[in-house]
Amino acid sequence: MFEDLRTLYQDTIMQRGKSPKHGQRLAVFDAEAKGDNPMCGDRVHVFLRHEGDHVAELGFEARGCAISIASADLMAEAVAGQSDARALEIANSVFAMVRTGEVTDPSLDLLRPLAAVSEAKSRIKCATLPWGALQSALAGSGAEKGSVEA
Amino acid sequence: MNALTKPAFDVARIRQDFPILGEKIRGKDLVFLDSAASAQKPRVVIDAMVHAMEHQYANVHRGLHWMSERTTEAYEEVRDALATLLNAPDRSHIVITHSSTEAINLVANSYGRGTLKPGQAVVISAMEHHANLVPWQMLRDAHGIELRIAPITDSGELDMAGYEALLQDRKVGLVSITHMSNVLGTYTPAERIVKLAHQYGARAMLDGSQAVVHRAVDVQALDVDFYAITGHKLYGPTGIGALYAKRELLDAMPPWMGGGDMIRSVSFDVTTWNDAPYKFEAGTPAILEGIGLKAAIDYVQGIGFEAIAAHERQLTEHALSRLAEIDGVTVIGHAQDRGGVVSFTLDGAHAHDVATLLDRQGIAVRAGHHCAEPLMRRLGLDSTSRASFGIYSTMEEVDALATALIRIREFFR
Repeated sequence: MFEDLRTLYQDTIMQRGKSPKHGQRLAVFDAEAKGDNPMCGDRVHVFLRHEGDHVAELGFEARGCAISIASADLMAEAVAGQSDARALEIANSVFAMVRTGEVTDPSLDLLRPLAAVSEAKSRIKCATLPWGALQSALAGSGAEKGSVEA
Repeated sequence: MNALTKPAFDVARIRQDFPILGEKIRGKDLVFLDSAASAQKPRVVIDAMVHAMEHQYANVHRGLHWMSERTTEAYEEVRDALATLLNAPDRSHIVITHSSTEAINLVANSYGRGTLKPGQAVVISAMEHHANLVPWQMLRDAHGIELRIAPITDSGELDMAGYEALLQDRKVGLVSITHMSNVLGTYTPAERIVKLAHQYGARAMLDGSQAVVHRAVDVQALDVDFYAITGHKLYGPTGIGALYAKRELLDAMPPWMGGGDMIRSVSFDVTTWNDAPYKFEAGTPAILEGIGLKAAIDYVQGIGFEAIAAHERQLTEHALSRLAEIDGVTVIGHAQDRGGVVSFTLDGAHAHDVATLLDRQGIAVRAGHHCAEPLMRRLGLDSTSRASFGIYSTMEEVDALATALIRIREFFR
């Protein structure tokens, strides 16, 4: 009965938007960044913990719409276990995906529900909000931190 | 034609005047409940602008040829229409601007810097649009003006005791307050606001961007010193607005922007200004938009503000009662005197999700902070959804909104 609403708000978005699995600050983290969307007041705070050269865990605190929170929650799973370079690649793929609606990398199938936002132009920035914060967190993490700040 | 012979308000006939209302959104009839952001345009406005471009267009005020003379004549008619709309004493009280934002900036920069002294204060309210907040912050920072914020009550009305308290030390040079809130729909008690300002030696401006669309405004009865309006919410084009001001103020105020049209004579050493209102109108004006706005003003006056206000009151009352029936919907703002703007929240759903899900059902509303972030903070909210009505809005559209909201609530369960 909600077919007209489900094209964008698929079950994944609704469930993760309401009850995200990774929506908390990490007890231990080595990188973090905030993102906000001044147009709507939505904000996200992303926390990363590395193990060796890869992201071991991502948690977040967010105040926002279902799309931004679901996007952050999916992001936590997509980047866990990935190197920083691969996590940035994934972020770039998401920025492309939400514009084109196409998922070109089959390994990112998990993120497919976000692609539907491409037909709601005004909501693209909701989906990308946590990914922008992830980019900032990665840019400021580990050895790169000094060079970014300098 | 007097009031007795004016045809009765017929929304079905009015809707036929607006070509866009025939559009379908995702296969559904467009339900446009976002007129407070910008209203749709009737055929007469579209035709007037197209006719000017096709038959009668040139630059105004300086050409010596037939086209320029005719265009100047057509363009300048909007000044008379604006004077009639606001009941200004005559056309010389009307400065044509590009928006109400520009009208407020004009007062902040010309009256603010020219007449207000550092250490004097400007009073605005806690429910201003950013357009009536940021120019005063800029004046504060550049010119040493103190900015005071008149409080509002929990029901979303101006706290008149709090407002008067801000005036009592007689340091306030200017009060600038909205005539109708774009978020809460509240009509402020304009006459009392102006009277109190004058009583304590301050001048008063009203931001009439919303108010002028829904009710007759009489600047002389209000005795207001400045009144700002915009055209695009009044069924006219974007890019045109106006400032009404008392003539003695306009005469004494320095120009704000320099350029062509606003001068009497120019040399490298000295330039003299044109008379008011032209000294405030630098550069080629929005000619086509002026012609369009004239048509829009004629159109709404043909319908009559009494009928418009009655229609919108009926819609607003219906909306408030339908929304009150829906579990989880909270209407924000409960002013006694309000216009056709209703902000609301839905428990468990972010305003942006609500707006997108309404859009899926063909219903256009606005969601967010509505360019009034400090007001949102005062209300303890990040954002609301807002339905707003125009002359073409119908009771059936209000019902469609209620039905759609009930579906969204179920969807979020």
